[in-house]
Amino acid sequence: MTDFIKIENLVFDYIKNEDGHTIRAIDDVSFTVERGSFTAVIGQNGSGKSTLAKNINGLLMPTSGKIYVDGLDTSDEANIWDIRQKVAMVFQNPDNQIVSSIVEDDVAFGPENLGIDPTEIRTRVDEALVGVEMYEHRKKAPHLLSGGQKQRIAIAGAVAMEPECIVFDEPTAMLDPKGRKEVLEVIRKLNAKGITVLLITHFMEEAAQADKIAVMDDGVLKMVGTPDEIFLRAEELKALSLGVPPAVDLSMKLRERGIEVPEGILDIDEMVEYLCR
Amino acid sequence: MSIEVRGLTHIYSEGLPHESIAIEDVTFKAEAGQLVGIIGHTGSGKSTLMQHLNGLLKPKSGTIVIGETDITADGVVMRDIRRKIGLVFQYPEYQLFEETVAKDVAFGPRNLGLSEEEIDARIEEAVEMVGLDYHAIKNVSPFDLSGGQKRRVAIAGVIAMKPEVLILDEPTAGLNPKAHEDILEMVKTIHRNENNIIFLVSHNMNDIARMSDKVLVMDHGKLVMDGTPEDVFSRGEELKAMGLDVPDSMEIVSKLKAKGMDIKGACLTMDEAADKIAEILK
Amino acid sequence: MAIRDITLGQYYPGSSWIHKLDPRVKIMATILYIVALFVVDDFIGFAIAAAGLASVIIISKVPLSYILRGLKPVFLIISFTLIINMFMIKGEVLVSFWIFEITREGLRTAIFMAIRLILLIIGSSLLTLTTKPISLTDGIEALLSPFKKIGLPAHDLAMMMTIALRFIPTLMEETDKIMKAQQARGADFESGNLMSRAKALIPILVPLFISAFRIAHDLAMAMEARCYGCDIKRTRMNGMKFAGRDVAASILYVLFLAAIILQRVLM
Repeated sequence: MTDFIKIENLVFDYIKNEDGHTIRAIDDVSFTVERGSFTAVIGQNGSGKSTLAKNINGLLMPTSGKIYVDGLDTSDEANIWDIRQKVAMVFQNPDNQIVSSIVEDDVAFGPENLGIDPTEIRTRVDEALVGVEMYEHRKKAPHLLSGGQKQRIAIAGAVAMEPECIVFDEPTAMLDPKGRKEVLEVIRKLNAKGITVLLITHFMEEAAQADKIAVMDDGVLKMVGTPDEIFLRAEELKALSLGVPPAVDLSMKLRERGIEVPEGILDIDEMVEYLCR
Repeated sequence: MSIEVRGLTHIYSEGLPHESIAIEDVTFKAEAGQLVGIIGHTGSGKSTLMQHLNGLLKPKSGTIVIGETDITADGVVMRDIRRKIGLVFQYPEYQLFEETVAKDVAFGPRNLGLSEEEIDARIEEAVEMVGLDYHAIKNVSPFDLSGGQKRRVAIAGVIAMKPEVLILDEPTAGLNPKAHEDILEMVKTIHRNENNIIFLVSHNMNDIARMSDKVLVMDHGKLVMDGTPEDVFSRGEELKAMGLDVPDSMEIVSKLKAKGMDIKGACLTMDEAADKIAEILK
Repeated sequence: MAIRDITLGQYYPGSSWIHKLDPRVKIMATILYIVALFVVDDFIGFAIAAAGLASVIIISKVPLSYILRGLKPVFLIISFTLIINMFMIKGEVLVSFWIFEITREGLRTAIFMAIRLILLIIGSSLLTLTTKPISLTDGIEALLSPFKKIGLPAHDLAMMMTIALRFIPTLMEETDKIMKAQQARGADFESGNLMSRAKALIPILVPLFISAFRIAHDLAMAMEARCYGCDIKRTRMNGMKFAGRDVAASILYVLFLAAIILQRVLM
């Protein structure tokens, strides 16, 4: 696989107050996201993971360092709209990202901004809504829908722009378990169709489904690796105020009690299989 | 002191074409010092029930008796209800409005008409109880705090009213694992110090299982289960049919049982599950 | 809830011929109708205007009772205009008592003014009743677009209206949540004098403003991420099309206006 997003020595400072006092949100982070992959970024609140997401499509500009999206430098003004078309974004609060009071009009918003031909927009909107299983709700007002449904509308809005990559900035943080499952299922489906996914989250079960996990803490990239590799370092994760998936938790507890459990069991069913062998 | 809810029914938009039954014939009892977990999917009537307990909504029929007082009776003074029952909504940090932490926490006690000395004493106690340093934080603007701290301040604002019944609606929503744990610890501290009845509404079954003395399950406006966490969570199939989960530990244990491992009883926490599994495998 | 009772400015879902008309036609028709009401100055003229309106109501299938309910909030204004006109205009005295006198001219002007206001309100509420807010916004944008040349930001105005429409329910919900949360902390919004009631609003308004700013910030970011404001010319999925029925409606409407003008000239 080729690199789609390349982050090189990224530093980002926030201006805290009027006197120009700054706070370093991201401190010298470098990593890459491969085309078509599913990458999760985990870290506690304030670890800089959301700031990282907003740097990727030029909503925020690096203080120093570079980000390349499909070879395009995000700090070059001329690239900004190309980059945003390639990398769509879905945010945390389902209410605050829906623009129109009719579902299908909202999904059309992105393509309309891109000046796409109206008949083509129609096709894209319908396909995107079918893809997130919200087609039957296309004429409804968003405020009458559940959190999970609203978030799926927001995803449809991103999909209708036909991006190569979607960055999800804690899309499930405000949802109930049902909404969370619905949204994660849609994310996995999109990835299976070839869309590069970057998922910012603090739910370990979600991160466990990714191809690669990056762990952020206090603006610094602490670990990068496959879920197997990352969850092996459960003690370190705990020190970073993060948890581990239930199966990993049980493995650790069984080991403490003198039961031998091999490493790399991330999933409950696998665990049950192993214990009953 | 106990709380007794009997035959509580509420209908939204009664008489209009879009009328809907929000809760129907809900009856339960919570004893002094109990921590009651409430679960149910979004729209199951949990919030409506909670708002009744606080007098924010009036039932169509039924009674809520707290100690000796029926708070649904005519002529009950709202202030007396608020004194007895504190309600912390979801994302309570969005209700902060004062210039300083101390002033914001004082809002509730002041509305109760307490003396200034009493108010001051209560603010300090409440802020410390939610795990913040009162002297360091009292003159800070609540808007300069971190998300987790804001939430604590908001909760302190309700605790300072010293309610005999405290309702917490999803106090951990949107928090990362560590902040989540800290809030649960805080709930335990409050429960220990105040020895009040706490209602904890949550979607997180792990939390409900390990925190509660008693669990209420709401579905379609009805109270469908009422029992100990062991009882309720051993009815996993029924819960799943309602779109609810069981704690991770019980999920693993029930799968192990299905495969023939002989584990006795329920395992409400992962530690308990590990203990029992280890015992069998040794 | 009082807010819900106001039918003025609301949309009444339907699929009538009137509902389906191009919003531009409906907006222009409404404006011209209002102008026409001020051209008319006798009973026959008002009868024609009323008949025109009545036929539109019948075609639109919006219940008359629903439309009339919209008049309730403005009833006071109508009565006020009626009384002012009745007593203030000098002329041939019909009745007089104490310092008041009612004149023939005064009575005539008063009644005409009241009819005019009622027709005006019904006419303009019929526009909002039969047109989705979104198409109304699109219509206004299209009609204002010629003024873009003189620097009028027609598109931005329309976008502002769209967003306002979208976020009214969200902010209402937010207000309700904050009110309940403060009530749970013992806030009292219902008793006390004006001053203390105004003060009681602070715990609601401060969090509400903060919410509104947060929404605005999030939304601006989300819109930017979806390429709003990029230099490509925007397109619309549901572009307005001038259909056959719009031509027919326009011709009928011109005839109706001609009738009103002719009547005025001839009388």
